[in-house]
Amino acid sequence: MSSLTASRVLAPVGTAGNLFAFGLDVARSLFRRPFQMREFIQQAWFIASVTIIPTALVAIPFGAVIALQVGGLIKQFGAQSFTGSAAVLAVVREAGPIATSLLIAGAAGSAIAADLGARKIREELDAMMVLGIDPIQRLVVPRVLACMLVAVFLNGLVSVVGVAGGYVFNVVLQDGTPGAYLASFTALAQLPDLWQGMLKALVFGLIAAVVACYKGMNAKGGPKGVGDAVNESVVITFMLLFVVNFVMSAIYFQLVPPKTG
Amino acid sequence: MGVEIKVENLSKSFGKQLIWGNVSLTVPAGEICVMLGPSGTGKSVFLKTLIGLLKPDEGSIVIEGTDIATCSEKELYEIRKLFGVLFQDGAMFGSMNLYDNVAFPLREHTKKSESEIRDIVMEKMDLVGLIGAEDKLPGEISGGMRKRAGLARALVLDPEIVLFDEPDSGLDPVRTAFLNQLIVDLNAQIDATFLIVTHDINTARTVPDNIGLLYHRHLAMFGPREMLLSSEEPVVRQFLNAQRVGPIGMSEEKDADELAAEEGQELPPLPPIPLQLDPSNGIARRSQRPPGEWCRENGVTPPPGSFEQNMTMVTGS
Repeated sequence: MSSLTASRVLAPVGTAGNLFAFGLDVARSLFRRPFQMREFIQQAWFIASVTIIPTALVAIPFGAVIALQVGGLIKQFGAQSFTGSAAVLAVVREAGPIATSLLIAGAAGSAIAADLGARKIREELDAMMVLGIDPIQRLVVPRVLACMLVAVFLNGLVSVVGVAGGYVFNVVLQDGTPGAYLASFTALAQLPDLWQGMLKALVFGLIAAVVACYKGMNAKGGPKGVGDAVNESVVITFMLLFVVNFVMSAIYFQLVPPKTG
Repeated sequence: MGVEIKVENLSKSFGKQLIWGNVSLTVPAGEICVMLGPSGTGKSVFLKTLIGLLKPDEGSIVIEGTDIATCSEKELYEIRKLFGVLFQDGAMFGSMNLYDNVAFPLREHTKKSESEIRDIVMEKMDLVGLIGAEDKLPGEISGGMRKRAGLARALVLDPEIVLFDEPDSGLDPVRTAFLNQLIVDLNAQIDATFLIVTHDINTARTVPDNIGLLYHRHLAMFGPREMLLSSEEPVVRQFLNAQRVGPIGMSEEKDADELAAEEGQELPPLPPIPLQLDPSNGIARRSQRPPGEWCRENGVTPPPGSFEQNMTMVTGS
């Protein structure tokens, strides 16, 4: 009885360990030749095509909400001239990576998990292994790299669209002055903010793809298993990404002092 | 020329449930073997263990001096190039058409030019009778065609060992007969080692050189075809003749009450042993033994009427 409880309590630890081991396998296969260029380009194109439009559509209200919230607050302080600066800071540092992570996990991750899960239950992955081809090298590595690449680009897209959305809302709805909005861009934000946003997106892409591939390749129990795998991969990715985002932000604030004045 | 598979003391369990234990057998090089067993006795698990997709808990599987159960991942991928495997549903890659599916192993493992690949692929497609269907996607064709396409893909690298996971499940009797003939012809042609996992006794009675029977978490018997077909061993006899009387019940094995009820019931006589399926060119395969040879050598009298031409297949009496 106690061993049963113990095994049940320890089960998540085992799963986490397996996921980590899978990540290491992927890292090792990363350097194994031949690199699957064709698959990489196809996947990058596919992931971009399922994420670009939703990301842009999410980024506009994201930037607008920040502009509305911060704009209202900042007016009470009488510091309207810093609205632009606050919006840039919020979008580039946090909103960009977070919106990217949501889309990468929700759109790209679920598509990857569903694809690999379907292959798994149709025994395609077994067939591939039997043909002497490692599915991690052939299928997973190109997907992980494609996901990381697209995540970085999406982060840039969110930053641009988000700041533009904030600008439109600030200028049109809150009667802000365009000049002040643009001029204050660099008042608080600095170049490392951009780097850390891109680094975050890169890590988020990595995590989302590894989790999705792991869940997809371990799907079992017929079509329902594929559905479960997709569901679990999205949930796990969300949780991981938010935790990792917090940790990376905390580290960033220790490493790069905020700009003053 | 085929490769021998030497399995010793193999055991596999999932969690606490033992699938089968203590399986020892040698699949002789170049011969056709059939692994039989009631549904759910782990025949497919056995097959997957042989190709290293599942790790056994104990024991060894030695192929060309390499133990699949303990070798490294790299060696495993090397040794798998000797294998051709036909999966139950063909396991075709859904995103590629049949031509690309069959060409896939060649493109991955060889440096052949596209025109050479085309020749090989067309030859194999012709072999399984799929000429004209190259551009179809696996989702657009019937299960039988998928199976034949899977066979073409399994053969494309000229394997030394070919494994069949239930080649006859879901096929009509005519197609099954054609497929069985194809298996025999292939063996005559490429001399590879064949292992067929099935529960179709018609296949088991006419195709192989050797038969194995998995039952009740162990290997009940493994040996030459005539040995099993003339065997009086209750499990073997019941299964190979599709009878209800015997130790195998609806769910795995019968309980004591059911067995007691059968006490004294007359077992139907063993049906005659049919002739082995000949290659369609009529020339005997290298590993084929003359009919009745094993029985003569071992002093076993085959059931009356055995080895006659044009025998009707009567089973399940």
